[in-house]
Amino acid sequence: MSDLIRRTAAELADALAAGETTSGELTEAYLDRIAAVDGEVHAFLHVDADGALEQARASDERRAAGKSAGPLDGVPVAVKDVLTAKGLPTTCGSKILEGWIPPYDATVVRRLREAGLPILGKTNMDEFAMGSSTEHSAYGPTRNPWDLDRIPGGSGGGSAAAVAAFEAPLAIGTDTGGSIRQPGAVTGTVGVKPTYGGVSRYGLVALANSLDQAGPVTRTILDSALLHEAIGGHDPLDSTSIDQPVPNLVEAARQGAAGDMKGLRVGVVKELTGKGYQSGVQARFDESVQLLVDAGAEVVEVSCPHFVHALAAYYLILPSEASSNLAKFDAMRYGLRVFPEGIEDPNAEEVMRATRDAGFGDEVKRRIILGTYALSSGYYDAYYGQAQKVRTLISRDFAAAFESADVLVSPTAPTTAFKLGEKLDDPVAMYLNDIATIPANLAGVPGLSLPSGLAEEDGLPTGFQILAPATADDRLYRVGAALEAALLDSWGAPLLDKAPELAQKEVVR
Amino acid sequence: MPDITREEVAHLADLARIDLSDAELDHLAPQLAVILDSIKSISEVAAEDIPPTSHPMPITNVFREDAPRPGLTAEEALAGAPEVEQQRFAVPRILGEE
Amino acid sequence: MTTAPALMSFDEALEKFDPVMGLEVHVELNTVTKMFCGCRTEFGAEPNTQVCPTCLGLPGAMPVVNGKGVESAIRIGLALNCKIASWCRFARKNYFYPDMPKNFQTSQYDEPIAYDGWTEVEVEGETFRVEIERAHMEEDTGKSLHVGTSGRIHGADYSLVDYNRAGIPLIEIVTKPIVGTGEKAPLVAKAYVAHLRELLLALGVSDVRMEQGSLRCDVNLSLKPKGEEKFGTRTETKNVNSLRSVERAVRYEIGRQAARLAAGESIVQETRHWHEDTGVTTSGREKSDAEDYRYFPEPDLVPIAPDPAWIEELRGTLPEPPREHRARLQKEWGFSDLEMRDTVGAGALHLVEETIAAGAAPAAARKWWLSEMARRANEQGVDLADLGISPTAVARVQALVDEGKINDKLARQVFDGVLAGEGTPDEVVDARGLAVVSDEGALSEAVDRAIEANPDVAEKIRGGKVAAAGALIGAVMKEMRGQADAGRVRELILQKLS
Repeated sequence: MSDLIRRTAAELADALAAGETTSGELTEAYLDRIAAVDGEVHAFLHVDADGALEQARASDERRAAGKSAGPLDGVPVAVKDVLTAKGLPTTCGSKILEGWIPPYDATVVRRLREAGLPILGKTNMDEFAMGSSTEHSAYGPTRNPWDLDRIPGGSGGGSAAAVAAFEAPLAIGTDTGGSIRQPGAVTGTVGVKPTYGGVSRYGLVALANSLDQAGPVTRTILDSALLHEAIGGHDPLDSTSIDQPVPNLVEAARQGAAGDMKGLRVGVVKELTGKGYQSGVQARFDESVQLLVDAGAEVVEVSCPHFVHALAAYYLILPSEASSNLAKFDAMRYGLRVFPEGIEDPNAEEVMRATRDAGFGDEVKRRIILGTYALSSGYYDAYYGQAQKVRTLISRDFAAAFESADVLVSPTAPTTAFKLGEKLDDPVAMYLNDIATIPANLAGVPGLSLPSGLAEEDGLPTGFQILAPATADDRLYRVGAALEAALLDSWGAPLLDKAPELAQKEVVR
Repeated sequence: MPDITREEVAHLADLARIDLSDAELDHLAPQLAVILDSIKSISEVAAEDIPPTSHPMPITNVFREDAPRPGLTAEEALAGAPEVEQQRFAVPRILGEE
Repeated sequence: MTTAPALMSFDEALEKFDPVMGLEVHVELNTVTKMFCGCRTEFGAEPNTQVCPTCLGLPGAMPVVNGKGVESAIRIGLALNCKIASWCRFARKNYFYPDMPKNFQTSQYDEPIAYDGWTEVEVEGETFRVEIERAHMEEDTGKSLHVGTSGRIHGADYSLVDYNRAGIPLIEIVTKPIVGTGEKAPLVAKAYVAHLRELLLALGVSDVRMEQGSLRCDVNLSLKPKGEEKFGTRTETKNVNSLRSVERAVRYEIGRQAARLAAGESIVQETRHWHEDTGVTTSGREKSDAEDYRYFPEPDLVPIAPDPAWIEELRGTLPEPPREHRARLQKEWGFSDLEMRDTVGAGALHLVEETIAAGAAPAAARKWWLSEMARRANEQGVDLADLGISPTAVARVQALVDEGKINDKLARQVFDGVLAGEGTPDEVVDARGLAVVSDEGALSEAVDRAIEANPDVAEKIRGGKVAAAGALIGAVMKEMRGQADAGRVRELILQKLS
C-alpha cells in the first residue's frame, strides 16, 4: 500500500500545496487501492475513474497556474449513492433506480466539484438509506474492513468502509437516524451529522426529509471540518437551509487539538449509557470521558427522559415521510419498469404495482407499509401526530440539557460491528442500533462520532458521540479534536493502524 | 391500538401500490405487527397541550422571486424515461381515460 | 355504458326538493414561473420544455415557494373577504396518478392561507351571499394524451404525458354549502363563477381562460326534500369548464338526482364527469382509496407566517369591490338597470368594459356583445369570452362603422371574417372588399334605377309619405350588395323626389 493514501486529507492538501504530489498521482493511487481491495470490501457501487482523473488534471492545471479552488482542491472524495451527480449513475442502493443517470448535480456534489475535489465514485448503502448494516443494498452488502464477516454499519456503510479501507481520504454520507455516525463507530472512522439545514439537501434523494442531513465521513476530526466547510452553508434551492454563515469549523478543530478543555461542561446522558450497551463499548466511553476530564472539562450527568421514546417516534416519522417520498418511483418517468405476469394489456396502475413489488426490497416495503399505516385516516393522530409531539418533548429535553452542559456525550452505537446476516430478519433488533443517534435527528441538533478504541471482548472499534446545540457545530469539532488528540496520545498511533491488512488483488491498470 | 392483520397489510400495500405476493404478505405481516408493538407506547407519551414538531428548525417565510431559472431540455427530461414518443413520456394506458 | 338515467323536469324537481350546492373553483395563477420551481408557465409550449428536476419529481429535487404565488393567494383571499392565516403550512396530498410527477400533490390541508370569507352575486336583480370556506394554494398536474391501439406496448392503448403544466400555481376556492337558491340555483352557480372571473381579472392574478383550463370548476350538489334540514348525499361533478356548463350541469344534476330520489333510489356519493357535448354527467371511476389522501405537513417547505403589515399593504392593492365597480360603470355608461343586469348576466361585463376602453361608445359595445356575439356564442355552445374575438377587434369594427367605412350589415361580415381567422377587422375589410360604396355617381345611378323601377312608390314619396322610402332604400341596397351607406341612400332618394 502506498504511504500516500494513508495520510489524512489535511496532510494531502498540504502535500499538494507544497508540490510534493499532484492530484493526478493521488487520484490514481486511490483508484489503484479501490481496484485492489474493493472486490472484497464492496464499498463502491460505481467508480468513475475517467471523471476523477479528469477533475484531478484540472486541479493540477489550476495549481500550476497558481490558483486554488479551496483548501481541499485536488483531494479526492467518494460520495454516497444517495446524492445525485450529473452523468454518474445514482441508484440509492435500489433496483428500482438501476441505470438511472441524473441530469443534475446535488448542491453538495456541485460544491465538491467547485472546491476542486475529484469524485472517485458512488458508495454503497442500504436501499434508500433504510438500514444500519448496508445489508439492505440491492447490490450486495459492504464488508467491514476490520473483519470482512461483519457489517460496516449503515446506511452509509460504503462511505465509512471506503475511508476505513483507505480507498478514499474523504467521503460524503447522509444521516437520518445515525447513518453517518453509527458506520463511523463500527469502522473506527469519524462521521459528522451537521445541524439540520446546515448542509443543503437539494439533490439528496430523501429518506425522511425532516431528519436527513448530509455530512463528512473521514478519518480525522480536522478532515471532517475541512470537508464540512466545503459543503456547508445556505442554499436557495433548499427552503429548510439555514441562512447563516457556517461557523469556523477548521479553526475550532485546530484549537481543540491543543487540548485545553478548561471551562467545558460535558453532559453524560443518563438514558444513553449503561444497560443495553456492550461492556467494551461502555468501557471505552468511560475512558474517553475521563480523558476529557483530564483535559480540564467538568462532567455533569444530564437526564433526557423522553429519549426512551425517540426510537418509536423515529419509526413513525421516518416511514411516514418515506412512504410519500418513495411514491415517485412508479415506472412512469425513470427507473425500472416491470410488466406484471399474467396480465394481458396491463394499465399504468398495474405496471406501477408490479414494478414497485419487483424494484423495492423487503425493508423498503416494510417501511412504506408502516408509513402508509401511520398516515392513514383514523391512525394519524395516534401515530404520526403523537410522534410529532414526542419530537417536541425531545427537543425540550435537549434544550434543558444544554442549560447545564455545553456538549452532550454518549457511546455512538450500543455494540460493535455484528456479523453479516445476524439481524437481517429481525427488524426491531436492527433498529436498536440507532438508539443513541436518533434523538439528534429528531431535534435537528448536530452530532459527531469519533473512534474511542477497541472493545476488549472482540477487538472491534467503538464510537464516542458528541452532541451540540443547533448551529453550534463548532463545539463538536473543538471537543472532538481534543479527545482525538488525547486518544492518539494514549494509543501512540491512529486506531486504523490496528486494522488487519486487507488482501490485495493484483492491479492491472 | 389494534394489532395489524394480514388483511390490513394487504390493504396498505394496495394503497401504496405494491403488488405483494401471498408469500410476502405471510412474511411481512407478522414483522409489522412486532414493529408496531414495539412503538405503540408512543400513544401515551405526550399530553394534549404539547405542540407537534413538523420542522426541526423554526424557519418561516422562505420565498423565491418569480423569475425564470434554467431547467432541463426536453432531451434531458426524457433521458431516463422507459419509453418516449412525440417528446412525451409514454406510459401504459391510464385508468379512467379510455 | 348504461342507458341514460331518467331525469325529472326541472320545475317538478324544484317543487319537491331544495338544491344545496358547493362550488370548488381552481384558478391557475398567471405567475411567470411555477409554484415551486423556476420553470416558465407559458401556455402551448412544446411538450416537456418547461420542466426541471423539481416539477418532474426527479429524485432529490426540492421545492421552493414562489413568493408571487403567495401574494396572489393572499390578494384573492382578501378580495373574497377572507381571514388570512397568521401561520400555515403546505401539506402533501398522497395519491398515485401518472400525470402527477411525485405521486403526491403539494397542497394545503387543514391550514389554508385564506378562510372564512364571503362574496355576493346578483341574479335577475336578486343578491345572493356566497360564503367562502377557504382559498388554498396548490400545484397543477401534467397533461396526458390518450393514444389508441397502435401495436405497441403489447398492442395496448397507451398514454403520453407532458409535464409542462405540472407545478403551475393553482388557487382552489371552495364555497360553503349554498342553500336557499331554489330554482335559481343554476343561475347562481353560473353567476358565482362569472363573478369570480371578473374579480380575478380585476386582481390581475390570472388569465381566467376557461377554454385553456386556467379556471376550472367542480360542482357539488345534493338535494333535500322541501322542509327538511338535513342535507342529502352529494355528488361532485368535475370537468365543468365553461360558464354555460356550470348552469347546465347544475340543472342536469338536479333533474337526475330528483328522478332517483323520487323513484326511491339513493344517491351514490361519487365523482361524476360533465360532458360538454352531450350535456350529461356520468359516473366516474369509484376509487377505493379516494378518501384516504394521507395528508401530512410538507417537510421540504417551511411554514408561511405573513407579516400583518404585508397583508395590509396587499389590501391596499385590491381593485374596487365588484358591486361598487358595477355601480360606477353603470353610471358612467348610462345603462338602465335592466341593461346592466343583462350585461352582467351574459358574462359580458369585462368584455363590454374593455370594448369601451378601446374606444367604442357604451351602447354600441353592449349592442355587439349582447346581440351579435351572444347569438354566435349560443350557436357554438361556448361562453362569450371564449368566442375568439377580442374587445379591441369589436371596438375597431364599431370605429369603422362610425367612420362610415362600413355599415352594420357589413360589420357582421367583418365579424365572420375575424372569427374565421382571416385577420384583424381592417384586414378582413380589405381582403373581402367590404367597404361601403362611396362613389356618388354609382350610388346616384342606382337610386335613379330604383325610382324608375318603382314609380308608384316614388309617387308616394313625392306626395310626402317619407316612410315609403324604405322600400327604395332596400332596392338600392340589394343592388349594391349591401355595400352602401343606407343613410346616404336615403338622403339621395329624398333629394331626388323632393
